[in-house]
Amino acid sequence: MALLEVRDLTVEFPTTDGLVKAVRGVSFEVDSGETLGIVGESGSGKTVCTLSLIGLAGGGRRGGQALFRGQDLLTMSADELRAVRGAGIAAIFQDPLSSLHPLYRVGWQIVEMIRSHEDVSKAVARKRAIDLLGLVGIPQPARRVDDYPHQFSGGMRQRAMIAMALALNPDLVIADEPTTALDATVQAQVIDLMVRLQKEFHSGLIMITHDLGVVADIADRVLVMYAGKAVETAELDDVFYHPHHPYTKGLLESIPGASGTRGKLRPIPGSPPSLIRLPSGCSFHPRCRYVMDRCLTDEPPLMDVGAAHRSACWLPATLSGLAEGTEAQRMKVAEAARSEDTPVAEGES
Amino acid sequence: MVRFLIRRLLTGVLVVWLISVIVFAIFFIAPHNVAQLLLGKFAAQNQQLVQTVTKQLGLDQPIWVQYAHFLNRLFHGDLGYSYYSHEPVTSLIKAALPITASLAIGAAIIWVVAGVLIGVLSATRPRSFTDRLATLFALIGLSFPTFVLGLLLLYFFFYQLHLAGVTFFPGGGYVPLTQNPGQWAQHLILPWITLAVASMAVYVRLTRGQMLEVLGEDYVRTARSKGLRPLRVTYRHGLRAALVPIVTQFGIDVATLLGGAIVTEQVFGLNGLGRMSVQAVTNQDEPVIIAVVLLAAVFVVVANIVVDLLYAVLDPRVRLS
Repeated sequence: MALLEVRDLTVEFPTTDGLVKAVRGVSFEVDSGETLGIVGESGSGKTVCTLSLIGLAGGGRRGGQALFRGQDLLTMSADELRAVRGAGIAAIFQDPLSSLHPLYRVGWQIVEMIRSHEDVSKAVARKRAIDLLGLVGIPQPARRVDDYPHQFSGGMRQRAMIAMALALNPDLVIADEPTTALDATVQAQVIDLMVRLQKEFHSGLIMITHDLGVVADIADRVLVMYAGKAVETAELDDVFYHPHHPYTKGLLESIPGASGTRGKLRPIPGSPPSLIRLPSGCSFHPRCRYVMDRCLTDEPPLMDVGAAHRSACWLPATLSGLAEGTEAQRMKVAEAARSEDTPVAEGES
Repeated sequence: MVRFLIRRLLTGVLVVWLISVIVFAIFFIAPHNVAQLLLGKFAAQNQQLVQTVTKQLGLDQPIWVQYAHFLNRLFHGDLGYSYYSHEPVTSLIKAALPITASLAIGAAIIWVVAGVLIGVLSATRPRSFTDRLATLFALIGLSFPTFVLGLLLLYFFFYQLHLAGVTFFPGGGYVPLTQNPGQWAQHLILPWITLAVASMAVYVRLTRGQMLEVLGEDYVRTARSKGLRPLRVTYRHGLRAALVPIVTQFGIDVATLLGGAIVTEQVFGLNGLGRMSVQAVTNQDEPVIIAVVLLAAVFVVVANIVVDLLYAVLDPRVRLS
């Protein structure tokens, strides 16, 4: 059994405008020492789908199952879940400045984390906090442990957040866009640090990001999310070299200088749909270049398109990859399965 | 830090001085004759007596000379004599200040503790029954005039309870703390409640608003993600951050009250600064009025400096410069 097994997770938020279906039946698993990258645009449900597991997504109705070390996180009592948070599953957030408490010293915040789960003296916890800060590469940790977050640089703050997350040697770390708020050079350092520490601690890691570059550096497997659903899951290389879902392909083509684009940037036309009023059929069809008639009426399930490679698209399973021949075939298949009046998304290229 | 303090103190002195000039000027612009007022019916009979009294009080001198005399005396800790009781103003204030301070500080403790606690409860359960009840309470507290509340409390806790044979609550008056702490508190409970209710309502709203904002912050989510107990998340992480603006407001409010709680003092017959200033204004007892106004100004100025210093203590990001 994997460390974390999420089965058919749904998260809904009732609002005055209607029911927001933030996560619509997502399944994934993460094992110790493994990194799962969850990729998608803002509003695709990638954050909700993970943080809701530990009750940090701000309420919402949760359905499905999420077995962590064999116990269902979704049916646990509040106290049981609290014991899991921090000690079993730790989280790292996007903006390290706003995620650390501005009025408490960095060391104090780490000590608080340790002492809320383990019965150790302040001195012992402080010693561990200093060691952790040293481990994540804060210079002079014995002195900086008494600094306030505003006295740290952006990169150092995120290192401190990572130190705090690792304080109790958790089995699983959820990192929610941990590099988005950082400078490009600092981003690389933080990613390197996370890769190194994950090897050292042998914990499972879920890396949530909209940046495929980050995923390429760190993930073993990738889950691509769109409008609250998993649209493609695959090993890292398959995502980059043999993407099947047009959305995954679109994400790849909108990275400057990435492999399949041959210098051309091709943005995905349109914007993600409202999670209250989702499009019929495949929710990606209004933005898809290969739209077929059945895409408007039938929602595609995740289907096998290769070894450990699944995609939720009606295009034939063989048509994955970025080769020009495949592209031509894809267009041909799509055109053949489309009536005259079906609108096709056209982006500028 | 020291430079900040010096600069703020100098500004404070300037403010108090300006206020003294304004108050002094206002009473000379007002069309009245103190000597005539003091002498009452004698004034009409004896114009010479009026002139003697005017001279005695130094009121025949040009206004700037009078002001210079006033300032000179002030620096020697002499605020002059009441035109009416002929007692030194300083001893009048010495008698009244402990009463007002007892009233204000006691009420302040009640309203800040209760107001903040209710505010936190209501923010942690937005739109719940508790929250709605707190909002309703705050609205009633805010719209209830102090004198009505005071009289109602007197009616029920003094009058009705006395009729029923319970004589715990006195109907007014004051017993010094040093003389008998028990009776001191007994005499002040109803005034404290009267004075606290309206402010408590303000603090409930203020705390609720601050807490709702803070509880949505990322660092509160971090606190939850650490697996801390909910109470610790709410108070240690949430309230700690929400406290900064509340403390600021609190300092200013207490200082303002120390200048006198006019209505409450009047209703409960407490001879504090508020009651004293009302009487002084009615009697046009200038030395007393000026002294009370200056004292109130000093309280507010000092409170402002204390609040700024507290700000730096409460928030490490604030540097005093």
